[in-house]
Amino acid sequence: MPRREVRGDKKMTKNAQSGRETSSDRIFRRTARVDPHAGLGAIARITRMAFRYPVSAGLALAATVAAVLMQLSIPVILGQAVDQTQLVAAAKAEPETLYPIALLLFVASVARGILTLIQNYTAESVGHALARDIRNAVYGRIQSLPFSFHDRTHSGDLITVGMLDLEGVRMYFSTALVRTVLLGLLIGLGATLLLSTHLALGLLALSFVPFAGWRSTVMRLALRRTWLILQERLGVLSQVMEENLGGIRVVRAFAASEHEMDKFEVASKSALELSHERIEIRVKNTAVMTMAFFVSMGLVLYFGGRQVASGEITLGTLATFLTFMTILQMPVRQLGLMVNGYARASTCGARLFALIDHEAEIDNAPGAPDLIISDGTLKLDNVSFAYAGHPDRQAVSGISFEAHRGETIGIVGPPGSGKTTLMHLIPRFYDPTQGSISIDGQDIRDATLSSVRQAVAVVQQDSFLFTTSIENNIAYADPFTETSQIRGVTESAQLHDYILGLPGKYGTIVGERGVSLSGGQRQRLSIARTLMMKPAVLIFDDSTAAIDAGTENRIRTALKEYTKDRVTLIVAHRLASLIHADRILFLEQGRIIEQGSHEELLKLGGRYCDLHDLQMRPNAEIPAEKVDTQ
Amino acid sequence: MSQTPPGEALDPRDDESPRMRAVVGSDRIEEEIFGRVFDGKVTQRIWQFVRPYKRSLLISIAAVLAFTGSQLTIPLLIRYAIDNGMAPDAPPNVLLSIMAIFAVIVAINYVASRVQELVTGRMAEDVLFDIRRAMFSHLQRVSLSFMDKTEVGRLMSRLQGDVNSMQEFLDTSVLAIGDLLLLFGIVAVMLWLDWQLALMVLTVLPILFGIRILWLTRARAAFMAAHEANSITNGALAEAIHGVRAVQAMDRARLNAELYGQLVDNTYKAHLRASKLSQIMIPIVDTLTGSAMAVVALAGGLMVVSERIEVGVMVAFLFYIQRFFDPIRSLTMQYSVMQRAMASGHRLTEVLDVDVDVKDARNATPLGKDDDGSVEFRNVTFGYNPEYPVLKDVSFRVNSGETVALVGPTGSGKSSSMALIHRFYDVQDGAVLVGGRDVRDVTQKSLGRHMAMVLQEPYLFTGTVRDNIRYASDWADDEAVVEAAIAVGANEFIEALPQGYDTMLAERGSNLSLGQRQLLSFARALVTDAKILILDEATANIDSYTEMQIQKALQRLLEGRTGLVIAHRLATIRNANRIIVLQHGQLVEHGTHDTLIEHGGLYAQLYRLNYASFDDLPNRLSDEDRKRAT
Repeated sequence: MPRREVRGDKKMTKNAQSGRETSSDRIFRRTARVDPHAGLGAIARITRMAFRYPVSAGLALAATVAAVLMQLSIPVILGQAVDQTQLVAAAKAEPETLYPIALLLFVASVARGILTLIQNYTAESVGHALARDIRNAVYGRIQSLPFSFHDRTHSGDLITVGMLDLEGVRMYFSTALVRTVLLGLLIGLGATLLLSTHLALGLLALSFVPFAGWRSTVMRLALRRTWLILQERLGVLSQVMEENLGGIRVVRAFAASEHEMDKFEVASKSALELSHERIEIRVKNTAVMTMAFFVSMGLVLYFGGRQVASGEITLGTLATFLTFMTILQMPVRQLGLMVNGYARASTCGARLFALIDHEAEIDNAPGAPDLIISDGTLKLDNVSFAYAGHPDRQAVSGISFEAHRGETIGIVGPPGSGKTTLMHLIPRFYDPTQGSISIDGQDIRDATLSSVRQAVAVVQQDSFLFTTSIENNIAYADPFTETSQIRGVTESAQLHDYILGLPGKYGTIVGERGVSLSGGQRQRLSIARTLMMKPAVLIFDDSTAAIDAGTENRIRTALKEYTKDRVTLIVAHRLASLIHADRILFLEQGRIIEQGSHEELLKLGGRYCDLHDLQMRPNAEIPAEKVDTQ
Repeated sequence: MSQTPPGEALDPRDDESPRMRAVVGSDRIEEEIFGRVFDGKVTQRIWQFVRPYKRSLLISIAAVLAFTGSQLTIPLLIRYAIDNGMAPDAPPNVLLSIMAIFAVIVAINYVASRVQELVTGRMAEDVLFDIRRAMFSHLQRVSLSFMDKTEVGRLMSRLQGDVNSMQEFLDTSVLAIGDLLLLFGIVAVMLWLDWQLALMVLTVLPILFGIRILWLTRARAAFMAAHEANSITNGALAEAIHGVRAVQAMDRARLNAELYGQLVDNTYKAHLRASKLSQIMIPIVDTLTGSAMAVVALAGGLMVVSERIEVGVMVAFLFYIQRFFDPIRSLTMQYSVMQRAMASGHRLTEVLDVDVDVKDARNATPLGKDDDGSVEFRNVTFGYNPEYPVLKDVSFRVNSGETVALVGPTGSGKSSSMALIHRFYDVQDGAVLVGGRDVRDVTQKSLGRHMAMVLQEPYLFTGTVRDNIRYASDWADDEAVVEAAIAVGANEFIEALPQGYDTMLAERGSNLSLGQRQLLSFARALVTDAKILILDEATANIDSYTEMQIQKALQRLLEGRTGLVIAHRLATIRNANRIIVLQHGQLVEHGTHDTLIEHGGLYAQLYRLNYASFDDLPNRLSDEDRKRAT
């Protein structure tokens, strides 16, 4: 899906620059090799998980055994039908003896059908039940893994793990495990039957099995390999198309359609080549498998025919051999599918379990109590932080400050000075590498994560909107809220009138697949939904950049009451956004280098004062507040 | 503050009753309607893409015929072997000669199956890629208003999903011909062998067909439901992955997991139902096969006894029975493939049939190097919907080499004016002239080359930095690329990247900061060396230092060019020779900054309102920078 807006721009920069891949990064790549040990472990684990449904799994296996027996009985009964017919024809038996055989044939067929139904249905239901469990586990894990994990993991990789790998694991029980039992029994029992009837003829009849099994396995594994590469090439092709369509204005602006067609052709051709290769692999193998089957059938027919002529075996026995071969043909050809099922389950399972087992670095301490808010005092004590992969480069270092209920703290500083990083430490998106953060004397690492997140609300730089109604988006943090509350926060965020102008009003779908909002509207929606929370600490992380000064000022006025009961932290580039703060911290290279009120900092004549001088130019001296009263 | 009196309902459907406002994932999924089985128009369109491969088509049909023939012959050979070669008194060379024929048939079968699958498979792939190319290249020419209305995701689902289901159709349709032939062949051969026995056996055919058709409609509904439930669940997973930071910040993980659990349960149930329905056919087919075999064993046996038929015929019947359920199964499957293909084909032709509104006039001539860079609007009226014009009778002229700033409130028609200069749309009334010539009289390609555009959101493509700067300007060599980067002040950061100009940009250039991306898009515009520069300035507040660089780059970019700038920043506006003020699609004022301020009209008001967003300047800068910025 194309992203309309570039989110989390800064965070991405950090990962890209780190350039180092952790093992968890690699394991989610499609063509990366999975450690065979992990693969076997995954197979064992999926099998164990399947037997969490002992009734269905047991029934599936039992039905498989019974179905195989019925399947094997059919050629035997057919052979008897032929023999009996000849006996009757030779007047050696009564015509009535044909009735029970015909009936038996019918009954065996019906029974085979019903047993196969049970086998397939129960096997699939085990797979679906497994998928249900894994889906819930994956979802829960993804939601609880911390920012640092998501920073270094491609969202596309997670999506493929959660969708494609899930399929691989789901199919395991029915395509790999049950099929193995089926094929093993069919070949094992069938071979015993044929070989005990006639050794040489039996060997001839079974001669195609190892060959077809081998070709089928080779083919499936080759197809799987090319499929993975093809997926990647098709991925490039769709990227070319998607970027073109998403950036169609740029393409048109530069009259670049020829250039774009060239790009398309290159991507398209490389995918097409591989598609052709795939077809070749498939065709080469299936044709040769069919031939092997017919060759051994011809041999059985010839040598069996000679034996029938010499009276060594009956015609019915020959018919049994021939029908058994036809019955065996399909499952043997599908041997490759079975092997593929194992290969897929082992790689897919390994990736899935790597995700499910990934430990959340930020989690509730054992037996942690909820945070209890009394005075609402936020205290940072000598807090330092370095991003994983940059242990020697501190993004934030030695930050200490205290803020009390009702206070507003402004935070300003050049890009890369650690403002956002600092703001991400307070709700425990990351844990500081040194020092501590506490609210009302309780270290946030000792309280439940949920209560910390409830106590610290952040209006983030990148406002992700969910594809649902505006109303649902605003009530995101408190879905059981009342309508008046929703209206209250949208009015405070200066969004209510705009929403009423939309065709579906509060029911208008926004987000990736809904109405697109401008940057300022998104930020206002983001503010509104954060106001639904009743936090002790409210953080605006550079979240008014796209809102014009007049509107921002109105939002600030509307929030006067709301901010009285909490600590408010405002990160901003434009000074007008934080001039009114009780205290302003000036950050540079992760440290607080100046702090005080606006007036104090001006008097100080340092960095802050420089910035202020530059922003207040002689031509533009009308204070923002006055605009509001016009 | 608000236009609506308090207490008014949020929206018409709101009954003020408490409810939960929470969903995960989106309830809207891609339309996947089944169409008619056969649609003449669609077939015709698809045929146009198949026609170039007529020879392949003929070859594969011939191969299908040969393949089917050989399949039909084998049971017949078995019959002759039994009846003529296995009798105790038969001469041994009869069986041997039958075996020789058998060998020939097997060889034909091998060759035919290889040719058939290879040629068909490749042709299907080729046709598919051709269709995709045709759609993609058509999308390069359709009007922007179509592209604006259409989500990229929707188009992508046509370029991928629909094209793929066409492939499935093409892939299977030649095989379906084979299946149909096989079915008719089996019926014919059976009737020829013994028409009475054949009729008795064939009574199961209409029964099977009837059941299958009845089953299909119900099964399809169940399959669709399962598919739908699955995509909704996957959509919710994708949302959780993309929005994980928002989920964690608002502490919704627990509720979301619950809601997701419900979706997963629905998917589980829908899959079980689909699986039940798909398996139910197995016992039905087996019952019918069983009864057909019983008929042969009994009636056929009695016929053998009465010497109406030979025992070989009975064996041949048994073989044919086992085969004739296969084509019925695949043919009924083909039915739904066809329905899906017709629906997809319909959507594909919809894309191919989108009108190209903006085309080169028949006598269009290219705009050349000698044409100047002037731009003129003569009484232009334009609206995306002609009934609601966004520009009304607008006239102005920009002389070659002049820089003009366009200002006005949101929705005043600034962006539309820019789009008209590039002829993204055609005017309803009046004329737009570039270089003194009506844009409708020149070729679009030359018009595109005559001007460079910088869009508000810098849009970059996957590829190297160098590729992105050069983009479609094939004539620019590496030196020109570096020169452009130096001129806009991007060289420094590019050189600092791991591989300099050869550094690959991640998706949308997300490994660069917003400011850096903006500079790259400036360099891309500069490298085209066009006479006219059209620039839509970014509104977002970026950090002060980058802002400074961008201002410098902008001045370099405008040197010696005609500039039309949708300006938001004071510095940009002040550097313009003239300012044009638009409101409600009309030109309301124009003149220099000073005269407009003096005039005290809309510009003067806007100027004051925007005051704060103009004033973000770096904390450290030289006097020279300061002078330039103000």
